[in-house]
Amino acid sequence: MPFGLLRFALRSAHPEPRMFRTPARLKPGYDVVIIGGGGHGLAAAYYLAREHGITDVCVLEKGYLGGGNTGRNTAIIRSNYLTPEGVAFYDQSVKLWQDLASDFDLNLFYATRGHFTLAHTDASMRTMRWRAEVNKHLGVDSEVVDAAALREALPMMDLTCGGHAPVLGALYHKPGAIARHDAVAWGYGRGADRRGVEIHQNTEVTGIRVKNGRVTGVRTTRGDIATGKILCAVAGSTPRITDMVGMRTPIYVHPLQAMVSEPLKPWLDPIIVSASLHAYVSQSARGELVMGASLDPYELHSSRSTLDFAEGLAAQMLDLFPSLSHVKVNRQWAGMADMTPDFAPIMGRTAVDGFYLDAGWGTWGFKATPVCGKTMAHTVAVVRNHPLIEAFGLGRFANYRLTGEKGAASVGH
Amino acid sequence: MSLKLLTCPINGSRPVSEFAYWGEVRDMPAPDQATDAQWADHVFNRNGAAGIKKEWWCHTPSGVWFIAERNTANDEVLRTYLFAK
Repeated sequence: MPFGLLRFALRSAHPEPRMFRTPARLKPGYDVVIIGGGGHGLAAAYYLAREHGITDVCVLEKGYLGGGNTGRNTAIIRSNYLTPEGVAFYDQSVKLWQDLASDFDLNLFYATRGHFTLAHTDASMRTMRWRAEVNKHLGVDSEVVDAAALREALPMMDLTCGGHAPVLGALYHKPGAIARHDAVAWGYGRGADRRGVEIHQNTEVTGIRVKNGRVTGVRTTRGDIATGKILCAVAGSTPRITDMVGMRTPIYVHPLQAMVSEPLKPWLDPIIVSASLHAYVSQSARGELVMGASLDPYELHSSRSTLDFAEGLAAQMLDLFPSLSHVKVNRQWAGMADMTPDFAPIMGRTAVDGFYLDAGWGTWGFKATPVCGKTMAHTVAVVRNHPLIEAFGLGRFANYRLTGEKGAASVGH
Repeated sequence: MSLKLLTCPINGSRPVSEFAYWGEVRDMPAPDQATDAQWADHVFNRNGAAGIKKEWWCHTPSGVWFIAERNTANDEVLRTYLFAK
């Protein structure tokens, strides 16, 4: 231990400066109010201040910063989606990710690992080829590999999956990466705070004032705020906020669970996903195996965990990696996923003037954090949807213009 | 506490893994009278906020469909009963 640290042992003051300030009280009004202090909300605040010079912004968080789905996801970053609008959007995000640590001057533990999506059936091989071609056409590094290539890359994997679901091949996405998700929230929070944005934790929104079709303010547990622009970036709490402005949406909320093993020596470099087995796994920088599965089967607004989930996922993991049978599970948790019928987000301006949505991020929101912040900041600043998010408007449902992202957005729905 | 058992009106209390969830009970607007906007609202939009909801559930081994009144904030089931017109 450096001896310099000893002099702080008996001091009450913290030696390191805090990542962001804690303002004592809310101001009576702000140019922009962002509801939700997760990655998406903080990124929007950061880009509003950095790229649009709008610093009279406050971020309201009912719990603590990054304590929702930002800190509960499995931290996978990729852009090998299926629809052209999806691929273009997520690819922009991957590019932003690659510069983020130097933007923030903060180590995000961003690690490019490569990403295999396993195919166990002819039908899914066909989808992999389709995805690879869409990806390549749009300049994204993506290719179909056969079982022999998998055997070489992953000698510890049982390619027969216990004999019941042989792996035929995979979609390989070289830029697939993982990052430390908490640091993303802190980095955006600190960057926004340094530019004048106020972050208010433990501040819950209880109402939104709308007059003649325009938002005029926000009611919170710590007082009222006047504002003409509200950005709602609250993931699983979205229906509660949209109800406050009388807006109907297709969003439905199911829990999504995940778990980690005890730390192991470096063992698994790439990220492995199997939609057929409803399972995915990567190894974090700390050595834990981070594992996830598909959504819980019914609506629930709670982040409880279940034994059914841990048992089911463990069985699937052992089909893929029998040698993990003695590895212990350290902990499990859940987040509330705001799902949409077409597995694409709902973003941009809405029928209520000054009310902007960044929602419907279901199980695929973490990787999009930078590009969501950037496009939503643009949309809020110039009051026009950013071109990259035009396909994601709430109005697409009434017009039956859904996106076709189902099958590529997440594991096994 | 999470939901582990659910009471089927015919088969009694069974593990929740035997049941399938089929969403909130909703009234369908008359297809030939509804406007396009009303129909799209019915097809896509949902009552997404937490609360006590009437939901369709099915006991899959026996194929019994029934209604459960459940608080979607804390997973508490208030009652279950068969559908009656």
